[in-house]
Amino acid sequence: MIKTVFSKGKLVAKTGNEVMAEAMRQIEPDVVAAYPITPATEIVQIFSQFVADGVVKSEYVAVESEHSAMSSTIAASAAGARAMTGTSSQGLCLMWEMLYIASGLRLPIVMAEVNRAISAPLNIHGDQSDTMGARDSGWIQIYSENSQEAYDNMIQATRIAEKAKLPTLVTTDGFIISHCMEVVELYPDADVKAFVGEYKPERYLLDTKKPYTLGSIDLQDYYFEHRYQLAQAMRDSKDIILNVAKDFEKTFGRKYEMYEKFMLDDAEVAIVVIGSTAGTAKVVVNELREKGIKAGLLKIRVFRPFPTEQVAKDLAHVKAIAVLDRADSCSGAFAPLHADVVSSLYAAGVTTPKVVNYVYGLGGREINTTHIAEVYETLVKIASGAQKPANQVEYINVRKK
Amino acid sequence: MNKESTNKKLTAAELPVGDYVEPGTAVAFDTGSWRSIRPVWNKDKCIHCLTCWISCPDASIKIAPDEKKETVVTGIDYDHCKGCGICSKECPVKVQAITMEQEKK
Repeated sequence: MIKTVFSKGKLVAKTGNEVMAEAMRQIEPDVVAAYPITPATEIVQIFSQFVADGVVKSEYVAVESEHSAMSSTIAASAAGARAMTGTSSQGLCLMWEMLYIASGLRLPIVMAEVNRAISAPLNIHGDQSDTMGARDSGWIQIYSENSQEAYDNMIQATRIAEKAKLPTLVTTDGFIISHCMEVVELYPDADVKAFVGEYKPERYLLDTKKPYTLGSIDLQDYYFEHRYQLAQAMRDSKDIILNVAKDFEKTFGRKYEMYEKFMLDDAEVAIVVIGSTAGTAKVVVNELREKGIKAGLLKIRVFRPFPTEQVAKDLAHVKAIAVLDRADSCSGAFAPLHADVVSSLYAAGVTTPKVVNYVYGLGGREINTTHIAEVYETLVKIASGAQKPANQVEYINVRKK
Repeated sequence: MNKESTNKKLTAAELPVGDYVEPGTAVAFDTGSWRSIRPVWNKDKCIHCLTCWISCPDASIKIAPDEKKETVVTGIDYDHCKGCGICSKECPVKVQAITMEQEKK
């Protein structure tokens, strides 16, 4: 599957967590502050070993909670350091208020996040409820289909965050990617270091020659302008993300965009999905194509900022679309990805595709090729007019009655 | 933001990125108007131990070097003193150089 595409690349067998730690070792941030949580523990555990062994010169802050982890990372970043952290699920929840402070102060923090369900009931397995909960926090969100993408995304995230002045998180699906050993191509340290470059903040609190006040009160007269700046920065970051991806492709040979199109250009039925399930769906698409069914796939890589215009353009010709969410918004309406896809289509004047929404895989529930094939079967019926699209969110592989 | 910029408000494009402003803006912000009781300093009683100065949360005890180049209390900064009374409370019992008085309306 994974091939060496970079002349000095090396194929190794590693888990998602191991390659994220490997990316952090190569980037060698000034400060990492983190608290362990399954299934993300290994990332910072391995990194703390690098620190203890003197492999990296980074400062590792062992804090007493994720709230403190994010607070320390914010402080380090404000002081002028390249700062990173890692977490999952409840840990991200505990960081909640600090996530908004990181983005509001426009600090380019990078977080290695492993998607895991949120309690209650207590569950440690993979779903995307945690980062979907943080979707409006002003963080760039980059999702990975496999370990290779997780590694590549971490390297790109460092440059994206620093250029956009926005905190950026890179996710993998809990256990499915984080603990699954795969073949990954690693690049030499020197090339990664050259790619991310040296961090030179325009201003930082430890710069005694240019003192300033950070995080002051901001009431009716200026708060709105600062929030507008943040929203605009998120819109502007789309070009930055694409430019970094282009440079990454030029350097290391792997192509990345805001999303990946798989057999989509002539597709009549398509699934829109985020993360590891895209890999499963690609297998189904190939099988259906052999049977002559024009199935396609759109895998969202960057969920925040959402590539609204381009997604609408690339889905406009599809007759029936299923948006698969690995998180439920419990909104009484639809799940988060569906909401963004449909509003993107409608805003672009695209009203011909029939769009249905499925929630799947909560708490690590199995999602396999049979489940996905069933979704495509339904889409074929909807596309031909044989079946009416459901007007509410549907659930894959759950015992309802 | 300082007084000047409240007259002509900056746009999102003009504002520095993120929530940051020039340093030392608290000096321009007159918090003395919040006060309901005011500390009154008695120069003759004061032994210049500087306990009030180190205790003041608003840096409102004014100090300066005297002719012997020793640091002495010179007064109270009523533009920033919020009238919390800590200076009066902390002033040594035997000295009582600072007393709190009702602020006139």
